[in-house]
Amino acid sequence: MTLAINRLSRRFADFRALDDVSLSIAPGEFIALLGPSGSGKTTLLRILAGLDFPDAGALDQDGRDLLRVSARDRGVGLVFQHYALFRHMTVFENVAFGLRVRKRARRPSKAEIADRVDKLLKRVQLDGMAQRYPSQLSGGQRQRVALARALAIEPELLLLDEPFGALDAQVRVALRRWLRHLHEEMGLTTVFVTHDQEEALELADRVVVMNRGRIEQVGTPDEIYQQPATPFVFEFIGKSNKVPVRIHGGRLQAGDQRFEADALEGLADGSAVAYVRPEHLALSTTPLENGWKATLRHVYLSGSVAHLELEVPGLGQTLEAELGGEEAQRRSLQSGMHVTVQPRHLTVFPLDGKSGEPDLARRRVVHPRYGQAALARWR
Amino acid sequence: MARRVLPGFGLSLGFVLTWLGLIVLLPLAALALKASGIGFGGLWTMVTTPAVLAALKLSFGAAVLSAVINAIAGLLVAWVLVRYSFPGRRFFDALVDLPFALPTAVAGIALTALYAPKGWIGALLAPLGIKVAFTPLGVLIAMVFVGFPFVVRTLQPVLESLDRDIEEAATSLGASRWQTFTRVLFPLLLPALLTGFALALARAVGEYGSVIFIAGNIPMKSEILPLVIVKQLEQFKYADAAAVGIVMLALSFLLLLAISLLQRWSRRWAER
Repeated sequence: MTLAINRLSRRFADFRALDDVSLSIAPGEFIALLGPSGSGKTTLLRILAGLDFPDAGALDQDGRDLLRVSARDRGVGLVFQHYALFRHMTVFENVAFGLRVRKRARRPSKAEIADRVDKLLKRVQLDGMAQRYPSQLSGGQRQRVALARALAIEPELLLLDEPFGALDAQVRVALRRWLRHLHEEMGLTTVFVTHDQEEALELADRVVVMNRGRIEQVGTPDEIYQQPATPFVFEFIGKSNKVPVRIHGGRLQAGDQRFEADALEGLADGSAVAYVRPEHLALSTTPLENGWKATLRHVYLSGSVAHLELEVPGLGQTLEAELGGEEAQRRSLQSGMHVTVQPRHLTVFPLDGKSGEPDLARRRVVHPRYGQAALARWR
Repeated sequence: MARRVLPGFGLSLGFVLTWLGLIVLLPLAALALKASGIGFGGLWTMVTTPAVLAALKLSFGAAVLSAVINAIAGLLVAWVLVRYSFPGRRFFDALVDLPFALPTAVAGIALTALYAPKGWIGALLAPLGIKVAFTPLGVLIAMVFVGFPFVVRTLQPVLESLDRDIEEAATSLGASRWQTFTRVLFPLLLPALLTGFALALARAVGEYGSVIFIAGNIPMKSEILPLVIVKQLEQFKYADAAAVGIVMLALSFLLLLAISLLQRWSRRWAER
């Protein structure tokens, strides 16, 4: 089942929920739609489910125009954030619903329905719960009932809207790994919506980052994290330091420092914005010529990682750096220490001369050159 | 006794019991005491006189029928008022309460004027051979009128609280609109619908003011039980009046009990 989403647009009054969105989903893929609220990810999911319709664009499944198929006939498995279970029905009746409402010719016999529901309940690890009502189940159990109910109609496409949003942190992690296994075992094509980047990066084959009704970037979790394509992705995924810089004669001028790098050749002089991940800042307590002079303001130790807050007078801003927790303890870091900070890996977006917006087409990944003697050792 | 977090249990329970005793139980006990004056045999002969029996059938028959009509119409009205937005919706919503506010005698006179053979509606129905005023049909219409708000008002909050996503879930599982309504929405509405039905029924059984104007009160034909009681009071037959009252009370209690059991069954899925 290949799904082709072609230039979909959807407006609600003055609000562009989807703005010219195109995406192709291959059979068996596990896709995450990731974005802040209002980014259009849920609207896109609802259009795939047939619960909403675009103002423009096309939706094609193996050559079939899906927009002409009603939600009822699409045969898509849909799981809602708040489960949307039928609370007056037992677990068994909930799961059997999709089979029982079929037209007589396509409806399985009672025995077959019972058999299939039993198998599904085993699969979602809820055997023995068949006669309970949803009000007697925990959140994680309810979500698994919702999943079993959606799977009962044997969908090729499974859509999940923030499926773990209402669950406890521990249940959430366990359930999402289990869902990933289920996806592989059953050979489903799955699209799920989330605003939780950790969830998206951990689960999905491909992540679709959305913002303001547009797709910012599509890629594997690794690509999304390591090579963000736009400033938005940098700011939304993971942590990053945003530094205003100037490009001048093939060099990068950032505060009182000037960095040389090959990648900058051919870029016209002008203002630019650079993003650096905290783990791409190297530190040294011995004063070095190359690098920003900084004062360590705080060390936040969270488990295995130490987050360092560095005040950089030369830039007029603070930077966040990261060290392994053990490394941080070995170095006996203290507030007030003076360090030299060297960016190892920056992504630079030159600003457009007219609009002042970052120019995505001239994006450059920059690795500044440092002399061996002047290289900060801590990473 | 286990410690309670919520304070004031003793005081508030005492108040509730006193209040219920004074307002509800005491008058009913006085009624029972008065009725006991004629004994069981007297009660039986009294109730089985043809005139009382006919009034009994009319009162309860029409009340049940009016509650059924109100349940169906009320469901429809509540549905439209909650689910759709249209100009004048708030106005129509406010209109629903009018039967509560109008003095019942005024309602009775207005209905009689409309449905009398010379009235606006009565004149239209007369050529078809349908007589409303001064017949059991008139009784039914008055009861429908006074009981109307109950079903609408009990259903509205439940309808408003229904999440859109259960309907969307049903649709995406392949259910038609009709299946979604009968299998998903209606069972969820049923408990509130039964509450509204019970309230409308109780109101219709006890209704006096609006009914006596339109009923014409022809013995054996369009005379309701409350009127039988009033007639006996006018003849100073207090024990007889009380006896009829007790019979009404017992029947009403049985009906409401049955509805309440049905309601419990319809809510068997609710949190325990």
